[in-house]
Amino acid sequence: MRNVLPILTVVLALFALWYGGAVMLNKNWAYDKAQRAGVELSFGEMVKDTMTQEKPRLPPPHQVGAELWKTTGAMVQRGRAFSKRSLIYHGWITLSSTVLGFVFGTGLGILLAIGIVHNRAMDKSVMPWIIASQTIPILAIAPMIVVVLASAQVDDLIAKGVISMYLSFFPVVVGMVKGLRSPDHMQMDQMRTWNASRGQTFWKLRLPASAPYLFASLKVGIAASLIGAVVAELSLSQDGGLGARMLVGSYYGQTVQIWSALIAAATLAALMVASIGLLQRVTLKRMGMAQ
Amino acid sequence: MNDTVISAKNLSLTFETNDGPVHALKDINLDIAKGEFVSFIGPSGCGKTTFLRCMADLETPTGGEITVNGVTPREARKSRAYGYVFQAAGLYPWRTIGGNIRLPLEIMGYSKEDQAKRVQQVLELVELDGFDRKFPWQLSGGMQQRASIARALAFDADILLMDEPFGALDEIVRDHLNEQLLALWARTEKTIGFVTHSIPEAVYLSTKIVVMSPRPGRIADVIDSTLPKERPLEIRDTPEFIEIAHRVRDGLREGHADG
Repeated sequence: MRNVLPILTVVLALFALWYGGAVMLNKNWAYDKAQRAGVELSFGEMVKDTMTQEKPRLPPPHQVGAELWKTTGAMVQRGRAFSKRSLIYHGWITLSSTVLGFVFGTGLGILLAIGIVHNRAMDKSVMPWIIASQTIPILAIAPMIVVVLASAQVDDLIAKGVISMYLSFFPVVVGMVKGLRSPDHMQMDQMRTWNASRGQTFWKLRLPASAPYLFASLKVGIAASLIGAVVAELSLSQDGGLGARMLVGSYYGQTVQIWSALIAAATLAALMVASIGLLQRVTLKRMGMAQ
Repeated sequence: MNDTVISAKNLSLTFETNDGPVHALKDINLDIAKGEFVSFIGPSGCGKTTFLRCMADLETPTGGEITVNGVTPREARKSRAYGYVFQAAGLYPWRTIGGNIRLPLEIMGYSKEDQAKRVQQVLELVELDGFDRKFPWQLSGGMQQRASIARALAFDADILLMDEPFGALDEIVRDHLNEQLLALWARTEKTIGFVTHSIPEAVYLSTKIVVMSPRPGRIADVIDSTLPKERPLEIRDTPEFIEIAHRVRDGLREGHADG
């Protein structure tokens, strides 16, 4: 409970900043309208106008909140949670390709890490390419991947998953290489004195030792995977998804819609990272490694 | 009692470093008989740990010969001829004490019932019965080191190699563990190689004390202990004990003077 006050203070400060920003960014449009109508705006009237514009430059929190409620809770109340206008529907689409890409990315990351740790040639040859792969802007490469996969008649969901995978395998490789190498010299010598095979050393020492590293990577990986999914939806917007909502919003200047999709994506990311955190706590506790 | 378990002839090991070759071991000749308790003592850099690691096939000598149970260290390691205790207990935090002791047994393919039986046996041997379900962090440093000794005893190795196993523990715990180790040695009749920094520890435990000196690492003196096999802690105050300790100290000083 001691933490409530500082947390609330930060939240309040953020809202104050947001409202302040909304007034600053939207006031020009308010004055423009007033000038054209030939009326003089007092400061209070100006502030009031910036809070209620239809297409504000920066929508204030309550507008975004109202839009969020309209496209989630209100939809559920009317039994239309999966209507195409619902953020739950779009969130679900984003979630599916995020999770698909994350699962494949994690699998690929772990396999690459195992190869890199056990094979010197792979360590020298593959690692630089993995790092190079992440220096390419995903926005540039995503449409190309989509086009190539579409021409190969690959399902859209998989095409989006591939982009998520492209972003999420990297933190897993880096974390797992470090984790699988975390056993020290003494522990490796000890395995040698027991004449343990490489497989035994892997299953009984390297893999369990890497667990804490894996979970740290998974948290970064799933957030990256969500970004991949949103970026992929910009190229495959016909299927919907939070990315598609942002794109459509930007076409029509619907800033409120963009912001509510943004908040929905952030919430989704927070929920996913939290569930990995939970999985981490449970697993490490069962392994006797809880901090 | 007189068959040789470990035999080194003109054993040398030179590390090639950027600053030129380092002679970790030079012309080491030593025979260790079955059932002996041999301590290796000397200042750091004298090669005592390196010598032990050569016996365990953790280092490869660059000259001379060494046999363990009449075969090369590599063959001895592959036939799991020895248990090795490191300076740190090195217990896996994700395994219970019982699970840690079971680890080498799992690797060596003992049956489940046999594993359970052996874990129970060695836990009693190091006086840790009842702790098999505890995790390492729930035990004190001394208890952890006892568990790591239990782990090295769990499989049928006739040789126990110990690299400063009590180096990180305080004096009181150390005395207690030394007493226990002697009792354990008497009961199991294993051949023990023991690296230490401490003169009293070496004299108290050993039937044979190998004094080593650095640059190049070599044997300065080999002292056969005249102490009886039955050794209460008070034996450390007898003139006989003090005389042996004196000879060890002389050996260390000599090695240092021309080093």
